[in-house]
Formats: sequence, structure tokens, C-alpha cells
Amino acid sequence: MNDLTSALQQGVSLILSGDAALWAIITLSLSVSLSATLIAACIGLPLGALLAVTRFPGRQWLLVAMNALMGLPPVVAGLVIYILLSRSGPLGSLGLLFTPGAMIIAQAVLITPILAALTRQVLEGLWEEYAEQLRSLGSGPWRAVGTLLRDGRFALLTVLLAGFGRASAEVGAVMVVGGNIEGFTRVMTTAIALETSKGDLPLALALGMVLMTIVLGVNAAAQWLREASARWAG
Amino acid sequence: MAARGLGAVGGMSAAELRAEGLCFAAGGVAILHDVSFSIGPGAPSLIIGPNGAGKSVLLRLLHRLLAPGAGQVASTGAQAMLFQKPVLLRRSVAANIAHALSLAGIRDTGRIAEALEEVGLPHLAGRPARLLSGGEQQRVALARALALRPDILFLDEPTASLDPAATRAVEAIVTRAAARGVKVVMTTHDLHQARRLAGEILLLHRGRLIEQAPAATFFSQPQSAEARAFLRGDILE
Repeated sequence: MNDLTSALQQGVSLILSGDAALWAIITLSLSVSLSATLIAACIGLPLGALLAVTRFPGRQWLLVAMNALMGLPPVVAGLVIYILLSRSGPLGSLGLLFTPGAMIIAQAVLITPILAALTRQVLEGLWEEYAEQLRSLGSGPWRAVGTLLRDGRFALLTVLLAGFGRASAEVGAVMVVGGNIEGFTRVMTTAIALETSKGDLPLALALGMVLMTIVLGVNAAAQWLREASARWAG
Repeated sequence: MAARGLGAVGGMSAAELRAEGLCFAAGGVAILHDVSFSIGPGAPSLIIGPNGAGKSVLLRLLHRLLAPGAGQVASTGAQAMLFQKPVLLRRSVAANIAHALSLAGIRDTGRIAEALEEVGLPHLAGRPARLLSGGEQQRVALARALALRPDILFLDEPTASLDPAATRAVEAIVTRAAARGVKVVMTTHDLHQARRLAGEILLLHRGRLIEQAPAATFFSQPQSAEARAFLRGDILE
């Protein structure tokens, strides 16, 4: 118990002292996860919106596949991306393996289906409400997608925050494709795993506290956005 | 669909609407049977009938939100439609109208203020539309429809969920629009409202058009047993 208390105290002082190594890991984690969320949003949001407003043969199968991909094991995703990016793989010439770029790709691959599925879910309800009116106003599916993305913006921000939370908490795939190289591809989750295995609890705890703070902050922001949207837009 | 001409149809003048042998079924249940009529320019045409008569479905077929199982609709002029429950976007009142204008390819943003003036709500332009009262929301929806300057305005029981004051406000706007030459085609099950607004009545019952007549004739000399029963307030079998 004393060891744990002491480790916690050391962790807090690491954060407060502005330890360079610690903050480098935090900064890299945030930049990787934010980039992955941005890329996934560019694909997942329009895809989810389009699936909400269109009906076509095979749509149900696409939804099943998308929902299944939400549960894609990160290490499997990491393995596939590793094979694709490895020197002998089809994308090996890009030289991305064991770089932050590969980690961004891995996280984006993992959260794109989540963003698309959640977006579809959120916007399908909105579409049920808007469909007749928008069709009456002469809106085609593409314009409707734009309208839904705009009007569902507050709900979609919470979807984005969920995606970012999922990305920043991910460890398996980034470990496989990033390699957890100190000062280059080491992010919070991989550092926690490594430091814990080494018995360096203060650093692991410090990173854990920062990660938890981020996750809590993201959830608090999501909650605030939900309430604000009801106040501002009805 | 709204504010877009549907193409001139041979022998039809502006704001003319013709239904020929319209049939519609949903889930194996026939809702409309062989409905045919012609509506010309002039005072509002009110489609009346009890709940479940098929009024709303007929309006959606005329506005081409639904496709008939059989028969066809021919019309001229631009159209707009107002629904029983106003569907406003999660943005300001002015932005709601701007959105409709943009969809119709209309760049004249002066129409926003003009339409809000028309419905008596210019002071609410910047307010979030969905936070207004039910009556105000319906007037905003009406402003949005009128901003498109339709030749034909379909209204599906627009005052069904409004209080008397809001109902009168909506009716006044509709009457002014009709006086300007907008052809109003409206459904209602409220006979008092039909008496106040109608130039022409179409009585629908169990998916069939029972009677079409000028309002004065319909109310003074109904031709069908169903019309007489409906006017007496009897429940139609």
C-alpha cells in the first residue's frame, strides 16, 4: 500500500514537474489520436450519413459488416496493417512501418467503422424526422447528407469524442505497427504497458492519470455538448 | 420538388392539378381507390373527410412524395407543402428559410425578410426555430413555403395541433396567399375551418372521392348521403 502511495506521489510530481519524456509521450499520443480521428471522421461521417439516407440492395449486409468491424480486435487490425506496410508488403515502399504514420493509420482503421456506425445511428433518427420535408423541398440524397451532418453536429461531436476516446485508449495495434520506440513511437498506452512490465510504476501511473483525465474530459465535453445542443438548437 | 415546375402539361393553365384514377395501398391495405378530379386556379380547395379517409395520402400523392399504385397526377406550376407537424431544421428561423431557398437554387435572400414579414414574425429571424411555440413554428414553416413563391401550396391539416389564436393566424396567412393567386389545396377534418376558407370542397371517405363541389353548393345542397351525414356531424360508416 505504501509502495502504491509512493508511486502515486511520484507520478503526480512527474506530471507537475513537466518531465520532458512524459510530455513528449503525451504530445505524441494526442497528435496520433487526433490525426486518426480526423481521418476517420472524413470517411466515417459521410459514409454513415449516406447509409442513413439511402436504401439500396446489399445495404443490410454493409451494415452487418460495419457493425462487425466495430468489434475488430486491435491486434488483428495491427497485424493486417503490419503486413501491408512491411518491407515486402504492397505498401512497403511508403516506409511507414514503425512510424507515427503507421499508428495513425491503425487507429483510423479501428475507429472509422465506429464513427460510421454511430453516425448512421444518430442520423437515421434525424432523417426519419426530416425526410419528407427535405424531399418536399427538392433535396436529393447528397444535399440531405449535408443537411443532416450540419443539423446533427452536436450529436456528431459526441460521436467524434467517442472515436477519439477509443483511439487514445488503444494499445494493441499501435504496439504492433509502431513498435513502441522510445522518443519516436512511444505513446501513453504502450508506455504504460512497458513501464508496468518493467516495474516502473510512477511513470505508468503518471501516464495513466493523464489518460484518465483525457478520457474523463472527453466524456464531460460530450455531456456538456448534449445539454448545450438542447439549449441552443432544440 | 417544391418551387420547381413539374413541366407544362398539355391543355393545363398555371396552378392546375389533375388526378386520374389514383390508387394507393400500403402494407396490403388499400387507402385510395380510383380517385379522379381536376382542380383549377382560384379560391382554396379543401379536401375534407373523417380521420382515415386518405386525405394526407392524397396530398402526398399530389405533391409526389408518394408514388401511386395506379393512376397519375398532372400539374403545372411550382409547389410547396406544409405538414401537420412543422419540421424545422436545428438552426435559426432565417437559416431555415435560407436553406429552402438554397435547395431551390434561389439566391434572392431578400425573400427571407419578406416571407417573415408576411407571417408576422420578422422579429424572430435570428431565434432557434425549434425553440419557438407550436404556432410560431407553423408560421415559420409557412414562411419557408411562401418564400419559394409556389403556384400551388399544399397544406396537410396545418392547424390540427394549434390553439384557436394560432389557427386564426395561420388561416389569415393562407387567405392572403390565396388572394395573391397562390392555389391552396388543404386537408382538414374541421368543418368550421372548411366553411371559413374553402372555395371548393372535395369530400373523401374511405379512400374514395365522394363529392367535389363549390363550397357554397356543398354546404347548402350536398348531393351525397355521405356528405349530408358528414355535415350533420354523424359518424360515417
